[in-house]
Amino acid sequence: MAKVARKPEAAPPRAISFEEKDSTLVVVLSGRWTLEGHLPPVADVEQRLSGAQRIAFDTRGLEAWDSGLLAFLAKVTELARARRIAVDLSGVPAGVRRLIELAEAVPERKVARKQDGEPPLLARIGERTIALAGGTVGSLAFLGDLTLAVARFATFRARYRPWDLMLFIQEAGPQALPIVTLVSFLSGVILAFVGAVQLKQFGGQIYIADLVAIGMTREMGALMTAVIMAGRTGAAFAAQLGTMKVTQEIDAFTAMGFPPMEFLVLPRFVALTLMMPLLCLYSDLIGMVGGAVIGIGMLDLSWTTFYQETTKAITVGYVLVGLFKSFVYGSLIAFFGCLRGVQSGSSSSAVGDAATSAVVSSIVACIVANGILAVVLYVLNL
Amino acid sequence: MKAEEHGGNGARTHIIVRDLTMAYGSFVVMRDLNFTISRGEVFIIMGGSGSGKSTLLRHLIGLQEPAKGEIYFGDDNFTKADEAERQRILRRIGALFQSGALWSSMTLAENIGLLLEDYTDLNPEEIREVASLKLALVGLKGYEDFYPSEISGGMQKRAGLARAIALDPEALFLDEPSAGLDPVTARRLDELILELRDSLGATVVVVTHDVASILTIGDNSIFLDAEASTITARGHPKELLAHSPDPKVREFLTRGLPQEAAQR
Repeated sequence: MAKVARKPEAAPPRAISFEEKDSTLVVVLSGRWTLEGHLPPVADVEQRLSGAQRIAFDTRGLEAWDSGLLAFLAKVTELARARRIAVDLSGVPAGVRRLIELAEAVPERKVARKQDGEPPLLARIGERTIALAGGTVGSLAFLGDLTLAVARFATFRARYRPWDLMLFIQEAGPQALPIVTLVSFLSGVILAFVGAVQLKQFGGQIYIADLVAIGMTREMGALMTAVIMAGRTGAAFAAQLGTMKVTQEIDAFTAMGFPPMEFLVLPRFVALTLMMPLLCLYSDLIGMVGGAVIGIGMLDLSWTTFYQETTKAITVGYVLVGLFKSFVYGSLIAFFGCLRGVQSGSSSSAVGDAATSAVVSSIVACIVANGILAVVLYVLNL
Repeated sequence: MKAEEHGGNGARTHIIVRDLTMAYGSFVVMRDLNFTISRGEVFIIMGGSGSGKSTLLRHLIGLQEPAKGEIYFGDDNFTKADEAERQRILRRIGALFQSGALWSSMTLAENIGLLLEDYTDLNPEEIREVASLKLALVGLKGYEDFYPSEISGGMQKRAGLARAIALDPEALFLDEPSAGLDPVTARRLDELILELRDSLGATVVVVTHDVASILTIGDNSIFLDAEASTITARGHPKELLAHSPDPKVREFLTRGLPQEAAQR
């Protein structure tokens, strides 16, 4: 057999014909019945099955066979059995007969077969709704447990490894500085640059300092750090906890009497929630430096003018609003990171899904929170 | 509630399972399981793949809630216990998971030390000493500062066993201890389990389908049958091999071979 003949058009010469002798259908097979080309169609046989009481095979003209013939015969046998037609396999090669018997040795387990096709629309809507409700209940239970754990932490009654807390603070704080520096600096530059083009038209270059100062402290500092930390730390939390679930490490904690909520989730949550405002403050500062570079380099402002204008524009209120936002963002990111990790399924793809979902949920939650806070702060006149 | 009221036989009885039904949602894995485990025996939970052996173990160590029924440790009702009571019961048991499940961010000494740190008043130096001793017991002296990812699968299993016996538990739960080990290592682990049972006096509950191991270490056993969804045989494994009326159980214990060949 030529190995190169893999093209579908090179279908092997094979033939099928039928003879009917007193209610016995004899299927005559000849030529090469192999997997080359396509699997032989069963429909022809199926049409002729009605009326027959017995089905037999004549394979004297068969030149070669492999699983192609086997699949064909297995299907025919199954169809015939379903119609209570006797199957006589004495005409097929002994090897084929033994393999078909082997395939039929263990009856199909009815519950093992997954349901064919999609369930009807209403059933799907129902299933999704139940899953959603279950997920919401799970998330609320997690939130409740987390709140209790934080309360115990605040009253020094929580059980966790202080060393873990230090590690997570290190991870969510100092180690994030380089990327926060880069992104914040560029945010400041972009804010200043976009503003500069407009302000230059009516000679208001000096207000670039106000724009950057207010923009960074109120909004951009907190939001930029949130996006970075969601991708960096939130995803890492979800992946760490998801993997620990796969390797049964979380089970080991539970079984040995350590509540995973306090041992695993609490230190991560506390570390990120505490570090976010600090990162935000740092980001504000670096953003303003970025703005100053544009102001001084492009608009010919002096350091002193820029500095004075910045201090005039900035108020403690703006900074506090930004810090409060970053605190909210931090707790949302930590919450979703840990929630998705703990809810993760037990496979490698489930851990990947958990990390993705942690990033998506936390960024969406941060934006939604920002919207709500914008309205609330406006009403409160802050 | 006293265990005796539930058919236990006093001090010898350690764990009692009453009418336990296990389910995932509406899918019932096993129903109406009833058995008692005596103090100091090696109790085997056997059955084919997917019969719910590991699920049963997860119920026994409180990782899953029974759909119905109760589990007692001595006189304590584990199923109905409140959180503090649960913690108290869990503190007296040790568990080895199928994959070892060592905490991957900690060294072996820290894995064992965490339990001692939290449940005893030992100082760090003493904790380190006890951790070294436990590692030495399972043949891992000198591996204190290795991380789980740096040692082989067999060593992880043994380290997991060292962690399980960290607090000198009264009951030890082992999930497929010999799975994934070569025959020699598996047999050594069996010997280790017997040795620990004898020296610590602990009750050992083993989930396994390794027939060699079942016949070597088992004092008592139950056989879970996936199709019947319940226990179809119980007793000493060797007795079951010789006299079980259930052909399925005999087939399992002889690995489907003629009996003489299986017994060797």
